[in-house]
Amino acid sequence: MDALMLDGNAVAGLLQEAFGTEMTTATGICDACGAGQQVGAVRVFRSAGVVLRCHECGSVLAKIVVRRAQTCVDLRGLRSLAPPAD
Amino acid sequence: MEGAALLGRLTWQLADVVHLVPETAGVKTLALDVPEWPGHRAGQHVDIRLTAEDGYQAERSYSIASAPNGARVELTVERLDDGEVSPYLTDELHPGDQLELRGPVGGYFVWEAAVGGPVLLVGGGSGVVPLMAMIRERAAVGSDVDMRLLLSSRTWDDVIYRDELERLAGSGLTVTHTLTRSRPEGWSGYARRVDAEMLTEVGPAAGDRPHVYVCGPTPFVEAVATALVSLGHEAAHIKTERFGPTGG
Amino acid sequence: MSFVSRGFRGRRRSDADPARVPPGQYVTTDYPVLSAGPTPHTDLEQWSFSISGEVNETRSWTWDEFRALPSEEVTVDIHCVTKWSKLDTAWRGVSIDTLLDGIETSAEYSTQFSDGGYTTNVPVADLTGGKAWVVYEYDGEPLEPEHGGPARMLVPHLYFWKSAKWIRGLRLQLDDEPGFWETNGYNNYGDPWKEQRYWGD
Repeated sequence: MDALMLDGNAVAGLLQEAFGTEMTTATGICDACGAGQQVGAVRVFRSAGVVLRCHECGSVLAKIVVRRAQTCVDLRGLRSLAPPAD
Repeated sequence: MEGAALLGRLTWQLADVVHLVPETAGVKTLALDVPEWPGHRAGQHVDIRLTAEDGYQAERSYSIASAPNGARVELTVERLDDGEVSPYLTDELHPGDQLELRGPVGGYFVWEAAVGGPVLLVGGGSGVVPLMAMIRERAAVGSDVDMRLLLSSRTWDDVIYRDELERLAGSGLTVTHTLTRSRPEGWSGYARRVDAEMLTEVGPAAGDRPHVYVCGPTPFVEAVATALVSLGHEAAHIKTERFGPTGG
Repeated sequence: MSFVSRGFRGRRRSDADPARVPPGQYVTTDYPVLSAGPTPHTDLEQWSFSISGEVNETRSWTWDEFRALPSEEVTVDIHCVTKWSKLDTAWRGVSIDTLLDGIETSAEYSTQFSDGGYTTNVPVADLTGGKAWVVYEYDGEPLEPEHGGPARMLVPHLYFWKSAKWIRGLRLQLDDEPGFWETNGYNNYGDPWKEQRYWGD
């Protein structure tokens, strides 16, 4: 447990800016442990950028850095990311 | 179509501050008119951005307190003494000012009548804000879904929306308070932090597979979510919104 | 950006000597806690710091051995890439020069690695000559876990993401290996005075 931790929902605006669509109901599979989770339920940490971690094993799923006019997204910790079913 | 409120690029918009209403000693509701507001769902939030004359900016997120209502958006803000943004919103802003915001955002922590029930809402302090939007939405559409609010506050005077909750209770909505710091004389309700026993008494039972929404400071959410899982509630049915230690 | 929030000033201080504030930074008096992951809590009995990689001999110290090394007090300004600068921060720790004393290496690069998996890369030349320390006290008190305790790196002439919290060792390398943030948009070197925040700066 960490008092600094937030839910994926806390970065909903950032994600929507990066992906162009609502992402908190997208489903990701953690590449380290295979756990599936809605992006809204991942653990979020803020440091130099935003770090999304698996709610099961804590591995890094994604990193997001907003640099001036661009958003850099590293999704290597995700085995897959399925858009929201709608 | 409600889905349209979620899609497309987000842009920063200017909202007009219409009025400010004190809720409790340190908490105010800001009523905003947002000209291009696409509508929202109960539980969503907005990102607020403040800009100083020299270009310095600070951003925070605030849950929308109001049920969907045209271009009107209400935010309930708790003033954190050492906060950077909240004291500006509660003490400096006045009607006629403008506020830059982006939203609505968040499709995960959302309830609408189509989701159904039973619903358990567990709030810690100002964590009640997005839950109140859900309660107001339920009332606005005339739903009689079984919805139960368990609200933890420090004292009776700190309970946000106290009178309105009393008025809305009934027809399937139950409101249970627990006061953790001090109680008014004659108080016969809960007087401790939310725990598994309290959750069992307030219900619904895990076997009823309720939709659970927990919101508040991170340690509160952590303790409640752990207790719910220990009672057998499915993790997939528990949605959490942690406020974190900052955010002021 | 043309909209200005009437009456908003924010929490930063404007009375600092501008010569001490790199471009684009604001001075703070508090100490924001930023983290890429949960705070690790390592038992001091289990803790060690090691220097490995392109060295003639790997070195490792237990907590007691580390605390017995010659240490010094340093007061420096620190600059976080999220735009916060904090002036006159006081630390106690062991200079990297002390830790590398007697080690032979042809390595030009290093990677810091920490509990929790964070890494960051710094050229060896930026760690030597009195430019970097492993510190374990802040403001006269043992370094708190949320601020990187029991020990963290201190490399104040670069942006503070180049000073890893919860440091466990340095790997000296012939090849540069971009770390946790350098592989995702942040500048490989990170000089705050040249405002090298991101790739391409």
